[in-house]
Amino acid sequence: MSQVKKITTPLTDDVIETLKAGDRILLSGYVYTARDAAHKRMLEEYKKTGKLPFDIKGQVIYYVGPTPPKPGQVIGSAGPTTAYRMDKYTPKLLELGLKGTIGKGWRGTKVKEALKKFKAVYFAAYGGTAALLSKHIKSSEIVAYEDLGPEAIRKLYFEDFPVIVANDIYGGDVFTEGQKAYKKIEIDP
Amino acid sequence: MREIHVSEIVEKVKNMVMDTEYNLPEDFIKSLETAKAFEESPVGREIIETILENAKVASIEKVAYCQDTGYPVFFVEVGQDVHIVGGNIKDAINEGVRLATREGYLRASIAFDPVFERRNTGDNTPALIYFDIVPGDRIKIKFAAKGGGSENQSKQAMLKPADGLEGIKKFILKTIANAGPNACPPFTVGVGIGGTFDYSAVLAKKALFRPIGDRHPDPAIAMLEEELLSLANQLGVGPLGFGGTVTAVDVKIEVAPVHIASLPVAVNIQCHANRHSEIEI
Repeated sequence: MSQVKKITTPLTDDVIETLKAGDRILLSGYVYTARDAAHKRMLEEYKKTGKLPFDIKGQVIYYVGPTPPKPGQVIGSAGPTTAYRMDKYTPKLLELGLKGTIGKGWRGTKVKEALKKFKAVYFAAYGGTAALLSKHIKSSEIVAYEDLGPEAIRKLYFEDFPVIVANDIYGGDVFTEGQKAYKKIEIDP
Repeated sequence: MREIHVSEIVEKVKNMVMDTEYNLPEDFIKSLETAKAFEESPVGREIIETILENAKVASIEKVAYCQDTGYPVFFVEVGQDVHIVGGNIKDAINEGVRLATREGYLRASIAFDPVFERRNTGDNTPALIYFDIVPGDRIKIKFAAKGGGSENQSKQAMLKPADGLEGIKKFILKTIANAGPNACPPFTVGVGIGGTFDYSAVLAKKALFRPIGDRHPDPAIAMLEEELLSLANQLGVGPLGFGGTVTAVDVKIEVAPVHIASLPVAVNIQCHANRHSEIEI
């Protein structure tokens, strides 16, 4: 986990192929926010109309529901939420061209397989460090589902937003590998 | 009878909620600083430093420590010689939460109905409030801003009396290991053993209010707390689940009498956004 790479959205296959679990990334460019309620609505909308509220090709979704900005702030505190809750929706979005997701915690098997199949990565951000992470967000505008409040879809501009590649297209998993190195006891199943 | 006006409760709850969202308790910050020295993983140490830096920034700039400003949970002890005037205490606490959410720029995270629309109430009410009547003429209000990510990884089990101590330990450690990176370690782990199905979980949540490093008055339970803390830190989970030797900074156990047929055990996982506070009126 020593190498720091700077990458910019939208992401292409060429870039995705160079990313390995454990790589430290400073991510810049536009990303979209969506969490539980927005994912549910997006996929329902897609089923009905064949469209999503934004062009998803090459894009990155950040799983976040920020606090409201104080006067003078672009966005409030904005750390990652737990990613597995979005697992049900992720493979379809990857099929439609999504190239990256940012959250915290483990992804399920189906998501990991879809990352390989559609060439995409899952980035982990430091959970809970929301006051610090918000400093890397330079603009924010609501693009869909305003009625969902903190769960609305926002378009954010990132400047050197720190993430770690958690799952790559080669089956690497930073949590599994990291924990194995420090595990000293086994619990019987 | 000592009279307390609800306006005082509203104001004090509002300030308490905002303070708690911006400032982590001192004992917890200290425990993280200590933990850093025990963390073998360089990434783990760096994460603990980032967590401490985040705490500093949130406190100085008066912004929420975590974007998930949590489910407002209150444990309220009302002295039986207190007379509340000007309204009712439940409304007053909710009004305090409502004002703190608005004036403190907190995220609204409560959905009114869990199954159908899941409509956001917009102001973090209703709060979850547990009341207890106690001797005296004071009101003690304990507040926790309980994040959803760690709450989701909490578990309860109705073990068999035959499962005994070994069964209890295994269930607690498995819950911690499974919570892993999903629940933002280093954790404080609240455990409730005994009582009924529901009460064990309340005990687990209550346990999280005890200061870090404080041990249970029963020496056997105190030893079990220490043993579980040591075992938790051998699971390899580490800060934010990236691997390491600091998975938890403390394990707190509360116990209650139990039915002869039962052994309920509840584990309430508390993430590093360990937002707990207490006031007395």
